[in-house]
Amino acid sequence: MVQFPILGIGILSWIVFLPVIGMLILIFIPKAYEKTIKYVAMIFPILQIILSVVLLMNYNKDLAGINKLESFQFVEKLSWINIPALIWDGTINIDYLMGIDGISLPMIILTSIIGFVGVLASFSIKRNEKGYYILYLFLVTGMMGTFCALDLFLFFVFWEIMLLPMYFLIGIWGGERREYAAIKFFLYTFFGGIFMLITIIGLYFSSKDPVTGLHTFNMLTLMNPAAIDPNSLLGGVGTNLRYLAFVALFIGFAIKVPIFPFHTWLPDAHVEAPTAISVILAGVLLKMGSYGIMRISYPIFPDAAVWFMYPMAILAMINIIYGALCAMAQKDFKKLIAYSSISHMGYVMLGIASGTAIGFNGAVFQMFNHGTITAVLFLSVGIIYDRAHTRGLYDFGGLANKMPKYFAVIIIAFFASIGLPGLSAFISESFVFLGGFKNETIRVLTIISTLGIILNAAYILWTIQRIFFGTLPEKWNEITDINGRELLSTVPLLLIIIILGIFPSPFINLMTSSVNQLVNIIWHLN
Amino acid sequence: MEIGLHHYLIVSAILFGLGLFALISRRNAILILMGIELILNAANINLVAFSHFGGLGVDGQLITIFVIILAVAEAAIALAIVLNLYNHFSTVNVDEANTMKD
Amino acid sequence: MDYTLKYLPLVILLVPMFSFLLLAFFGNKLPRKGDFIAVSLLFINLALSLIVFFAFAQTGKYSYTVDWFNLGKGNLNFTAGFVIDELSSIMLIVVNAISAFVHLFSVKYMEGDAKYKKYFSYLGLFTFSMLGLVLTNNVLLMYVFWELVGVSSYLLIGFWYEKPAPQEAAKKAFIVNRVGDVGFFLGIMIIFLTLGTFTFTDIFAGIEAGKLQGGLLTAAGILLFCGAIGKSAQFPLHVWLPDAMEGPTPVSALIHAATMVAAGVYLTARIFVMLSADALTFVTFIGAITAFISATIAITQNDIKKVLAYSTISQLGYMIMAIGVGAMSFGMFHLVTHAFFKACLFLTAGSVIFGMHHVQDIREMGGLRKKMPITYWTFLIATFALCGVPFTSGFLSKDSILAATMAFANINGGITYIIPIIGFSVAGMTAFYMFRLLIIAFLGEPRNKEKYDHCHESPIQMTLPLIILAALSTFVVFSFNPIGADSGWIMQMMKTPESLLTGTKGMIYHIVDRAEYTEMLHHAHYPAMFLSLAIAGLGILLAYVFYHWKKVDVEKLTEKIKPLYNFSLNKWYFDELYDATVISFTMAISRLSAWVDNKIVDGVVNGSATVTRWTSFGSGKFDNVVVDGLVNFTGGLVGFFGLIFRKFQTGKIQTYIMFLVFGIIVLYFMFR
Repeated sequence: MVQFPILGIGILSWIVFLPVIGMLILIFIPKAYEKTIKYVAMIFPILQIILSVVLLMNYNKDLAGINKLESFQFVEKLSWINIPALIWDGTINIDYLMGIDGISLPMIILTSIIGFVGVLASFSIKRNEKGYYILYLFLVTGMMGTFCALDLFLFFVFWEIMLLPMYFLIGIWGGERREYAAIKFFLYTFFGGIFMLITIIGLYFSSKDPVTGLHTFNMLTLMNPAAIDPNSLLGGVGTNLRYLAFVALFIGFAIKVPIFPFHTWLPDAHVEAPTAISVILAGVLLKMGSYGIMRISYPIFPDAAVWFMYPMAILAMINIIYGALCAMAQKDFKKLIAYSSISHMGYVMLGIASGTAIGFNGAVFQMFNHGTITAVLFLSVGIIYDRAHTRGLYDFGGLANKMPKYFAVIIIAFFASIGLPGLSAFISESFVFLGGFKNETIRVLTIISTLGIILNAAYILWTIQRIFFGTLPEKWNEITDINGRELLSTVPLLLIIIILGIFPSPFINLMTSSVNQLVNIIWHLN
Repeated sequence: MEIGLHHYLIVSAILFGLGLFALISRRNAILILMGIELILNAANINLVAFSHFGGLGVDGQLITIFVIILAVAEAAIALAIVLNLYNHFSTVNVDEANTMKD
Repeated sequence: MDYTLKYLPLVILLVPMFSFLLLAFFGNKLPRKGDFIAVSLLFINLALSLIVFFAFAQTGKYSYTVDWFNLGKGNLNFTAGFVIDELSSIMLIVVNAISAFVHLFSVKYMEGDAKYKKYFSYLGLFTFSMLGLVLTNNVLLMYVFWELVGVSSYLLIGFWYEKPAPQEAAKKAFIVNRVGDVGFFLGIMIIFLTLGTFTFTDIFAGIEAGKLQGGLLTAAGILLFCGAIGKSAQFPLHVWLPDAMEGPTPVSALIHAATMVAAGVYLTARIFVMLSADALTFVTFIGAITAFISATIAITQNDIKKVLAYSTISQLGYMIMAIGVGAMSFGMFHLVTHAFFKACLFLTAGSVIFGMHHVQDIREMGGLRKKMPITYWTFLIATFALCGVPFTSGFLSKDSILAATMAFANINGGITYIIPIIGFSVAGMTAFYMFRLLIIAFLGEPRNKEKYDHCHESPIQMTLPLIILAALSTFVVFSFNPIGADSGWIMQMMKTPESLLTGTKGMIYHIVDRAEYTEMLHHAHYPAMFLSLAIAGLGILLAYVFYHWKKVDVEKLTEKIKPLYNFSLNKWYFDELYDATVISFTMAISRLSAWVDNKIVDGVVNGSATVTRWTSFGSGKFDNVVVDGLVNFTGGLVGFFGLIFRKFQTGKIQTYIMFLVFGIIVLYFMFR
């Protein structure tokens, strides 16, 4: 079954595998044609943006998705692996199942935007561009696929596939300690992947498709309590094994988010990665973790989700406050932004932990907003690093007068990051807090988390003061203001930030019905 | 004095002993080959002698002719090898052509 | 008329925004960087807000709400809307008027500044946010604009960010305000989750229906008021305002004297009806404590702007206190009068600083009266207003507040008598420090001859706003009766509404109904008036005795009460206290977390990597030594035998034949 085909292939397949086509083309372009390589590589994210606009135009926001295939949109269901199994009963049957709903659509839009911005930011790469762009496009495919997949196996494939290009992109084009950072990132995420895999396999053997009677990897089937064999490993409701499976899955996702104490790969990876990769990393990759929790953990283990809300809220609170405190003590601009990412992903986690519609709305919206805002911030770090070749906060001063456009760009992003009303993050953070406050069990934690608002403001303002205020050191007299390409990569994001801050409703309406459905599943209302 | 079987056998044994001695003690490949020829001829004498005294008809003579032909062929191949050996090592001393050992 | 009230407020709101965008993007291309556009737009806006005001006076309250966004079906509706009522229509005029005058004043004051364009665009941004704050009928939207004024204040305080002091001041202002805002936000959350709405009218209706009551209502009230504590610089978050004087002086007049800092009072007035008895007690005491602390600090300050800043805090405390004791309309009245005369004072201070070429220390001034007559006279009128001298607006509003505190104390008795006592003593101190300032700066002989000689009166663009603002500080503007505001238009229009919780009793506070309160107020009116006159007169007299006639040696007196003097001069050591506690604690914990993150959390990760490496090294060794060792041993054994046997393998055919022969011989002898 393929809905909305273009040239016989489903639109989601197009959007996911377009970069692969790009890779194949790039392979045949000789290394010396650097410009051609860049522009060819840029075409594909643009096509993805066009396709995601098509998705947006044809998206029916009343269909909820989450656990019912009928209410998913742009569904593609094809048999992928179908082999008779000798050891266990029946056949191994894995579908190529893709579809989107109100939770994945924002992420797909985000990915396509950040994918494009990333290419623009990559123009400062000067070494082995061909290899770089091939890996880059591969990475985009992995990310897109993760957000489209509705089959656990397919999801896992995309999830892991994306590690490979990331490893090389950090490890080859990164900064001084790139090998350390790349290996740390790879092993850490891989480590989490193992936990996920265990749970996925456990789920597979506990499942029994009510229609076919076979084991299945289909997420939507697994969300149906009737599809879990009550006598199996993960059968029943609220058993210790189910809790354990939830926690294992959670660790897998938590490493990606990242949630304290699994976060230490992030500052290293960010600091060492080239600008574009930092943008991708903060803009999209982190969201895969929180997306996974909403897409997989919660609907499949609603009982464990409710049980785990309190610990999750504690972790979220630690993320928010601890991340902000760590950010405050940093001397490296990029590291500071990295820690602020940890803090802001804490808001996402708090929204998820709240288990309320408003909190989920806030979480998804915050994922999107954090994606756009941190992208601008990392781009800005890249801009200054390209010029000054240093990121030390103490090395600068007085840039506001020297680089007024740059100052305007970054101050909007900074204020968005501290949740200034009128900019998008305010809405999402408010939602998250309202959600957390609504859930009585985590109310106190939410109140403590609001301290993060103050701390965020403190370190951001401190950074502004360090870099932009005061007098310009002699050595930066030659520094130039932001150029056209850099404006092109940041200004659209800023516009999104501002527009969503003032008119959030079109965006929020996209996800409302899905979020409500998710809440219903968790609290067993449906 | 009637020349009997014993005489033939003694000659043949002496010939064999000489051949064996040449085979063992000589380092020159050609001389070793000559030793082999001696041994073969010792065997030929035996064959002919037994054929004559044992009442076996001409079987022994026939085999002896075969052996002589074989010995010629063998000598031809062996000399060719020795020639190659000489080309390769500039010597026909078998002790020095020991590359296969190590 | 309907259209006037429906669309005009939006126009008023968007005009400064337009000014901001125009100047921000095209300012450099416009002649004079577009300052004339900003100024004229603001005066147009002032005219428009007067139209709105009169329209309101005719048709009454008007409110307009649209859906902003909503979350699915049901009750999660976020609306946006504005309301034109007596509070907002008056505030519109106040904000627009002062903003317009400040714009005009700034044209000369900021002339030649490198960031001239930026300055005017920021002013536009501020005015937009402030108008939004005033207009909205919705507590969430109020929070939105609340933060926006905070940002524009941040940008303007730090306007001269090349110097370190403004940077620090701007940062401090923003962060301290954030602390209050968190409380504000928590209050909003309580309201939204219990009542499911953000609009003020629905909130009040919900509270009347009893959906939110008891401790939670008190908590909500106090938390909302926390926002006011931050923004209106109330104790204990008042520390940012004096530092905010690092901004350009017209900005101090606009933001940090007349409008933004009054936003907290405005908020408290808006939520007045839902404040429970205990919340009101809290409000009252915070206001009183603030008024007292800052008045004592103002006495010893030597920076002209610092004195005015502390007097602002003190007056804001008055307003808050007035709302706390149940006289919301008096608080708002004082807000309005204070806005004009304090703006006037700040702008005169600006004029002095401009004339003196950026001297702010009053010990450098003296005798300016002759050099700057217009500035002097306007300053004098505004000072009279601030001290509550009759025939000024300040007299009307301040006396009403003092009367209200007396009425309040009479109703509640006991400890509450401390409130009027503080009120009157602050009035005395105000008169004293303002005249101290006036005498030192304007009267007497010049202390710094050189500066004095270069000093000049300001140009007309600067003096005109001063004259208008001074005129607005007289009683006729608000009431034709110079000793009572009750009959004036503003008091007729703005009546304190009946609290939703009338009749309830808190720990020390009893909310009585309006009629009873008015009755008590009536009794307190004349005693309060005479008492305050006497005390203010005493304050002024003392100032003259100390500083003009010099009957008392101030130096010696200071020496005698050195500890007290230092305590006041150093602002009660609040900054030092916060530095030593909150800030250093936060910094320490931040460094600690960074250390923990680097060494412990990451240490565990790297440690586990190290452990893995050791393990793999160990298992590698095991593999190499033991497992592979066995294999190698076998091989070695074979090799050993091979070593022996290879002796026989000479590769020489003769040797083999030898063996053969010997073998045969041996076999022969064996089997013989």
